[in-house]
Amino acid sequence: MTSNSSSDAFVAFERVQKSYDGEILVVKDLNLHIGKGEFLTMLGPSGSGKTTCLMMLAGFETATHGDILLGGKPINNIPPHKRGIGMVFQNYALFPHMTVGENLSFPLEVRKIGKSERERMVKDALDMVQMGDFAGRRPAQLSGGQQQRIALARALVFKPELVLMDEPLGALDKQLREHMQYEIKHLHESLGITVVYVTHDQSEALTMSDRVAVFEDGRIQQLAAPDDLYERPENAFVAQFIGENNTLRGKITAQNGPLVSVDVEGGLQVQALAVNCGGVGEQTTLSLRPERVSLNGDGPNSTSARVLELIYLGDHIRCRLEVSGDDQFIVKVPNGAGQKHLVVGEITPISWQSEDCRALDF
Amino acid sequence: MSKLPPYTTTGQRAWHYTFLSICALIFFFLIFPILIIIPLSFNAQNFFTFTPEMLALDPAGFSTKHYADFFNSSDWQNALKNSFRIAPVATVISVTFGTLAAIGLSQSHVPFKGLIMAVLISPMIVPLIISAAGMYFFYSRIGLQGTYIGVVLAHAVLGIPFVIITVTATLIGFDKSLTRASASMGAGPVRTFFKIQMPLILPGVISGGLFAFITSFDEVVVVLFVGSAGQKTLPWQMFIGMREQISPTILAVATLMVAISIVLLTTLELLRRRSERLRGMSPG
Repeated sequence: MTSNSSSDAFVAFERVQKSYDGEILVVKDLNLHIGKGEFLTMLGPSGSGKTTCLMMLAGFETATHGDILLGGKPINNIPPHKRGIGMVFQNYALFPHMTVGENLSFPLEVRKIGKSERERMVKDALDMVQMGDFAGRRPAQLSGGQQQRIALARALVFKPELVLMDEPLGALDKQLREHMQYEIKHLHESLGITVVYVTHDQSEALTMSDRVAVFEDGRIQQLAAPDDLYERPENAFVAQFIGENNTLRGKITAQNGPLVSVDVEGGLQVQALAVNCGGVGEQTTLSLRPERVSLNGDGPNSTSARVLELIYLGDHIRCRLEVSGDDQFIVKVPNGAGQKHLVVGEITPISWQSEDCRALDF
Repeated sequence: MSKLPPYTTTGQRAWHYTFLSICALIFFFLIFPILIIIPLSFNAQNFFTFTPEMLALDPAGFSTKHYADFFNSSDWQNALKNSFRIAPVATVISVTFGTLAAIGLSQSHVPFKGLIMAVLISPMIVPLIISAAGMYFFYSRIGLQGTYIGVVLAHAVLGIPFVIITVTATLIGFDKSLTRASASMGAGPVRTFFKIQMPLILPGVISGGLFAFITSFDEVVVVLFVGSAGQKTLPWQMFIGMREQISPTILAVATLMVAISIVLLTTLELLRRRSERLRGMSPG
């Protein structure tokens, strides 16, 4: 599904830059190729440039530099209403003076589709989002989740090949949001459309996407499948942004094959997988997932830690430990039979595999 | 009237009643001069004062002869016709340009917004007599002085500020993502304007249009300068009537104009509320 060359990419950003004021670049040299039928998520904190990229693709912002291609053709000079791209907006943007049916009918009227055909397509689209009985209602008479479904149906009713979604689930409560994530994912799979999705919610990105582009400071920090992104972050930002992460800082003292020896601040010596770090003598950031740490002393990297805080979360217990002077070291202990029960103040041995500790940029 | 809460102090109580008295006085000064002309217009005599018969509520003291006078006099009928020829056209021009200007000025990329707004609003701020004199000299130069088009244009200029102000106020509540949504569905700018933006800002456009109409319909200073005998409007005819023959026919006309204004205001307000209700049903 993924594509890496511009020739077979359905959507391509080629060296795209964007500046609003002519000085500060909010998007810096963006290169991104999206394959047909792919679900790609642009993930990043606010101000990272992800929404600007989406708006440039939709045509509501113009690129200061570079080309955006759709189906191999540059679309820089095509106005938004001629791009044929469906879009779901953050606040749904349903037309309040029209009924649900009229909202869905609007893009079909624009395309001069006949009345009976139009009614059939509207009905199909409403059935698709399980809102078949709501055609006569006005948007204000619907709940947030229902408005969301209508917005989705409206973006899909004219059968666009590419659909853009700008944080469409941001206003929903947690349960509904998770439910809608699966629904959108299933719609994507059954319709075979290409989706570009913008969010700042990493769990949303991991749940739904084929690939995730992590944005920060106007650049893509990493573009990878969700499991790669979580398990093999390429730099300290991605490691920190995706999921929970323990960070240790230190200096590289030796390199042996794929591993490096690192002197962590506070006197600890560890082995780590060299991913994106400098040579001997350079500073590095070590990234270690909380669930990859075990509470026993046997392993290549082991030390003792003092328990500072325990938080009961049902399926697991979140332990905050002090390790080598760092008092924000988190370990997740599964809540299962035979697991060790820690007590605040106790000293416990901890260990981890060298491959799970990734040496990244400083 | 709601009862005062039990913890009200004497001072607050005193202020409460003073406040109500002030309000009553303000309403009295605003409305009484208008209300008083209504009974006077049914005077059986050719006087501007209440006759003893009227005060005694004797039916002989009242008549509708001034109304008959209005409907039978060619001077008044011409003036009425002129007013209805000028005001609606001026209103259409004001609404069209005022709405477009308001939409333009609501775009974020327009430079010198404050300055442009100030210039467009200025007819409302500059003393009317100054605008009128200026228009007189300008329109004389370009051959519009004393013409129907000249008066219509002058009144349109006076009406535009009202439209701009009311439409700008409605646009503040307009969600820009709606026009983007419309574009993403393939609608061009013109279709988006008429199908999406216009229906939603209609309440502001209607109130602006109403103000523009009333401005033209009531206006006497500018039309005196810019118009000629052929564009004699109702207010102008009333002005002449006041100067030359103090006839209560003026009061009859004034009463009719008050009635027209009230009817217009009420119907348009009802219309406006209806579309406001639709607009208020916006999501989120």
